Amino acid sequence: MAKRTLEVDLATTGVDAQGNPITLPLGVDADAAAQASDGPALAGEHMLINIGPQHPATHGVLRLVVELDGEVVVRVIPHVGYLHSGFEKLGEYRYYNQLIPLTDRMDYLAPMSNNVCLAMAAEKLMGVEITERCKVLRVIACETNRIISHLVWLGTTSIDMGAFTPFLWCFQQRERIYDLQEMWTGARLTTSLTRIGGLMADIPDGFEDGLREFCKTFPKTIQEVDSILSNNGIWCGRTQGVGIFTAEQALDYSLSGPLLRASGVAYDVRKDRPYLDYETYDFDIPLGERGDVYDRYMVRLEELRQSTRILEQALDRLPDGPINVDDPRITLPPKSAAMSDMEAMIFHFKQVMEGIPAPVGEAYFSLEGPKGELGYYFVSDGTAKPVRWRVRPPSFINLAALPAMCEGRLLSDMIAINASIDIVMGEVDR
Amino acid sequence: MELAGREDDKTGQTGTVSTLSPNWLTTKLDFLVNWSRANSLWPMPFGTACCAIEFMATAASRFDLARFGMERMSFSPRQADVLICAGRLPFKLAPVIRRIYDQMPQPKWVISMGACASTGGIFDNYAMVQGIDTVVPVDVYVPGCPPRPEALIYGILMLHKKIKGETLIDAELREEKVLDNRGLRLPVERIDELSEPFGNSIHQTRSE
Amino acid sequence: MNPSVEALRSEFGDALVSAEVSCGDTYIYIDPARNAEILSWLKDTPGQVYNYLVDITAVEYRDAELPIEVVYELFSLDRQVPFRVKARLPKGESLEIASIVSLWSAADWLEREVYDMFGIIFTDHPDLRRILMWETYAEGHPLRKSFPLRGRFSRSEQVRQALNANPEAHYSLEELSIASENYGLPEKMRDRLRRGERGNIPDPEVVE
Ligand code: SF4
Repeated sequence: MAKRTLEVDLATTGVDAQGNPITLPLGVDADAAAQASDGPALAGEHMLINIGPQHPATHGVLRLVVELDGEVVVRVIPHVGYLHSGFEKLGEYRYYNQLIPLTDRMDYLAPMSNNVCLAMAAEKLMGVEITERCKVLRVIACETNRIISHLVWLGTTSIDMGAFTPFLWCFQQRERIYDLQEMWTGARLTTSLTRIGGLMADIPDGFEDGLREFCKTFPKTIQEVDSILSNNGIWCGRTQGVGIFTAEQALDYSLSGPLLRASGVAYDVRKDRPYLDYETYDFDIPLGERGDVYDRYMVRLEELRQSTRILEQALDRLPDGPINVDDPRITLPPKSAAMSDMEAMIFHFKQVMEGIPAPVGEAYFSLEGPKGELGYYFVSDGTAKPVRWRVRPPSFINLAALPAMCEGRLLSDMIAINASIDIVMGEVDR
Repeated sequence: MELAGREDDKTGQTGTVSTLSPNWLTTKLDFLVNWSRANSLWPMPFGTACCAIEFMATAASRFDLARFGMERMSFSPRQADVLICAGRLPFKLAPVIRRIYDQMPQPKWVISMGACASTGGIFDNYAMVQGIDTVVPVDVYVPGCPPRPEALIYGILMLHKKIKGETLIDAELREEKVLDNRGLRLPVERIDELSEPFGNSIHQTRSE
Repeated sequence: MNPSVEALRSEFGDALVSAEVSCGDTYIYIDPARNAEILSWLKDTPGQVYNYLVDITAVEYRDAELPIEVVYELFSLDRQVPFRVKARLPKGESLEIASIVSLWSAADWLEREVYDMFGIIFTDHPDLRRILMWETYAEGHPLRKSFPLRGRFSRSEQVRQALNANPEAHYSLEELSIASENYGLPEKMRDRLRRGERGNIPDPEVVE
């Protein structure tokens, strides 16, 4: 029997402009129709389902057009761009420091990692050396944000699999980091923490104690989640052996982050292209063996523990000293000086009005974001605004592998696989 | 409004509120309808970007939307009362929110959460709708980038207030506001005016 | 300077146009006609093994005279060395370069994005469609310098086009395994699919 396809579009009203139902049997020929009338009604037919762009299981405004044979996924066609906000275009119209608020809004699950990455990329371009204290504080920023990003992932993924409790636990812990973030930067989510050559502010009193307290108690939550999920029959059934990606496939698709490490490739930017003195911290890179959804979950869970470890070490070594480089062309003078000292005021004015010019050249800087290798690429023609600001978006590149992971699996597996990729649409679409 | 007390089965005595016969109350119909509408608003979370994360935080443990009868997220527009647009709305997504809005049954309200949904926010560029009010009518604008959960809750309470001021007699309130023959909600000049840039220094629209 | 440059020079001679160092990273310019060959050599030759494709992007300079560059960012996982390969595509001619999807599957979406944003055609790409903007987007390629920040059309026209878009019509027949049965499709359906996906995309230079 010829294969036929039935189009059922769940997002439609069911009728088209002429009032005919949208459901159209495709390619019906006389033979097939005759055969179909005495065979099982839908045997051999393919069905198209549209999931999203507004669907709770797609983690944002992702749209998936799925071709199904029964319940088996034949093809998945992801459609992205529903959150395209023109970041890269806007970047050509902003001074380097003005890009920092944009980066918050790109990967809004881990704003500080983005802030740090932008500042480091611009510093690489301009050849600025940051202070020791700033380095350690930036490590703290990156690792706390790895924790909150993984917590959102854990919470929402467990909802996708039908477990609601871990979501509440995860968000409770997130709120604790949000409190710390708010203490430090004044904002819960859109932190805009870094500046070129340093930070917007030093950590306030009480931050260190708060973070230490968090590091002490947080492993208990991980333990709880671990004990409720890792050996749970439903969880294992829905994640083990699902969405397997081998190391070769993962490299072919340029996956990065936990997704790549779950497939057994030990590529972590923190170890392989160290920045912020990560080589001097003692931490492990968890690796998966099978490359399935369960391994990705295990890798992320372990990364939560390792991040806590890094945070503790960072707190122990936090040196005193300035957070900003001592260069009036790059660092804004303190407000009090700008108001009383002529020279400081001129520097302040020039920086705000004219930005910080970067030398002609180009720089690519990447760091290990929670989703994978987050890279910023700047091209400068010598002015204070970049010619090109390119973001290497880890979740965009990881998402491209979704069709390859899903084909031949069940529809319900697709939800698990999509969740395991950990996308954030702000970054996918930019 | 007075709620009647339940009659005690054995003694035949009524409860504390009313001495009249059991299970009835006296009130204005408007009041009763508005009261029940306001206190069980089912939100349709149209979460797109960063604001959606704050929306999730509002719904989760600490801020707990359940206090306002809103914990029941209605991911199907057909059962939703209030569309909460949390996040930015690119042009590619505009027909989607319009369709969702059209699919919602009356009575329906819209909350625009965040600077982007309300005005386009910092994204004054080729990709972004400059305020969702050019696409769907909006009842409450919640400013902030992102609004704190408290701010969103304040917005929800303002919506309660608005709902409590409505009346059943005013048929216009519940009228479906469809798109005109060009497929627009507002006159062209109005959209252009609403979308005009504001507060931007000239430096920000110059590249170099 | 990265020793791969010398190796490339002896292997490919003139196809390596020049090599420079910026901010500690080496980058080379190559002959765009031989990009696939050179990248494949870099990927597989022992001693080079740049086996990880980090990124593909393009750069257009503010100076309208300068050519557009396609940038391949590579990384060797075994040796932990980055390498950047660039190819200049002069404006005025058709912007075309060979696709490298056969080398890395990751190139698929990355090249689609470059096509969408810059209008560079990757020949032999299996499925070169717009990815971030919708398929019938008529304003051009947003990251070109000739493209204004707020787009070419007025805001009301942008809203109108967006609202009149069909939110369902964004998949093409070519994507589906039923493509071979195209002949049996009802004319109306075929027409709809054709309109939905392969609309005429005006050349950005012509629109102005
Ligand atoms: S208002 Fe701010 S936080 Fe909300 S979506 Fe826009 S950029 Fe994100």
